Formats: sequence, C-alpha cells, structure tokens
Amino acid sequence: MDDDELLAQLLGGDEKAFAELVGRYHASLVRVALYYVNSEASAQDVAQETWIAVMKGVERFEGRSSFKTWLFRILVNRARTLGVKEHRTVPVDPTDPGASVAARRFDEGGTWREPPVPFTERVDDAINNERILRLVHDAIRRLPETQRAVVTLRDVQGLSTMEVAQLLELSEANVRVILHRARARVRGDVETKLKGGGA
Amino acid sequence: MPHPLVCRDAVELMSDYLEGALSRRDRRRLERHLAGCPHCSAYLEQMRATIAAAGVVAPEDLEPQALDDLVEIFRKFHEPDED
Repeated sequence: MDDDELLAQLLGGDEKAFAELVGRYHASLVRVALYYVNSEASAQDVAQETWIAVMKGVERFEGRSSFKTWLFRILVNRARTLGVKEHRTVPVDPTDPGASVAARRFDEGGTWREPPVPFTERVDDAINNERILRLVHDAIRRLPETQRAVVTLRDVQGLSTMEVAQLLELSEANVRVILHRARARVRGDVETKLKGGGA
Repeated sequence: MPHPLVCRDAVELMSDYLEGALSRRDRRRLERHLAGCPHCSAYLEQMRATIAAAGVVAPEDLEPQALDDLVEIFRKFHEPDED
C-alpha cells in the first residue's frame, strides 16, 4: 500500500495505517533529527512531536508535495528549533576528506592491487540477502551525523538531491559530495565485514 | 583526447555517475574505463547494491517501545471528547 492510501485511511482514524507509516519512517526521522540535536533522547522526542503534528495537521495536508517530503519538513523545522535551544552547531564544512578506498589498495599507477571482493555471487541478490541488508543499515547508523542524514534522506527514503539540499540547507553540490563519501564508507564497511567473516 | 582514468580516480566518480551528475566528458571517460576494468565494474555493482539495500527499510530499526508510545498517543488523540 502506498503512502497516499495509508494517509486516506489515517484521515479516517485508522490506527493500523498510522502504525504502518510509523514503521516506514520513524527510524529515519530519528536519524535525521540527530543531525540537529545532541542526544538520541532528544531525537526520539522530536520524531514523536512530528507524528503528533501529523495527526493534528493531516486534514490540512494538500498533497502539493509528497507525504514523505511534508513529514521530513515538519521534522527538520522542529529539530532545528530544538537544536538551536541545545546550542548544537551543525558542521559548516561537513565533508569527510578521506579517499573512497584506502590508498594501499592501489599500486603506484593507481590500478587495483587489492580489488573489491564481491558481496554475493550475484549482485542483484543483495536486496534479498538479509546479511547484506543488515550490514548496510548497521554501517549507515555508524556514519558521522551529516553523512547519516544525507544517506537516510536520499538512499533510504529516496528523496531527490534537490529536496535533501533544501531540507538540510546545503547546496546540491555539497549533498552530492557528502553522499559520495557516505556511500563509499558504507560499501567499504560492508566489504570489510564480509571479508573478515565477522558480523 | 582526455587522459584515460586510473582505477583510483574512477572510484571517486561512481556516486556522481549513479546520480547522473557527471559531465558528459567524465561520464564517457568512466564508461570507457569500466568497459575494460572488471574490478571497477565490480566496485560499481557494489555501490549499486549498497544503495538498493539502503532503500529497504529495516523494521528492526524501530524500537517496539517507540511504536507503542505513538499508538497510545494516537488512541488518545482519536478518543471522542467526553464533554
């Protein structure tokens, strides 16, 4: 069932539709809130307030943006206000200066010396592979907060680069740089875990 | 004729490539490199797989307590007014 159908049921007071939307978005709301506030507890509070605002405001939601965009906008506005109260400073230059792949894995000419280890025999198995799913999501949780917020909005929730840039008040170019760093880090993390045989 | 890419530089273009954000020139350099480099092609496939896996929202990320609290709030909100 898509978000719009769930929203229609939510308007009718359907608890199951509400729980389904919470399941889809709550964890992402918390992760994005952590970009602005100091603690997991504050992030949980902001996410909860966001849902309360949804209950109160759903009748006024006009569908000019997607539900998802509307939801994250409410979250970001609240998180930002609270972040200011908590004196949390958002990093001005939120880029991670490292290379995508450790330099030692290339020879002097820049060719792979230690090439990437395939995740699975067939790459398109990745989304059906519980272990890879878990490793990817664990790696996202461990990202620095800016990268985590960008990846959550872009890759987990599928917002456009432009929407992510507007929500987080970054330039699109900056979003792409952060996304690049984050994806490289997540890929590397998963590869390391699979290679090492650890969980 | 632009310089051909080496692997170390090719991996830095992969995310923008998937975003469709590379210039035409860089896209062609990367595609030419990928055509002859199975390792970088494997890297690109892993990048794709990582992004696809990220898009599968993991239900275990939601703490049961958080859901219970929210459903409780939802019920209170929808209780008929008593006065």
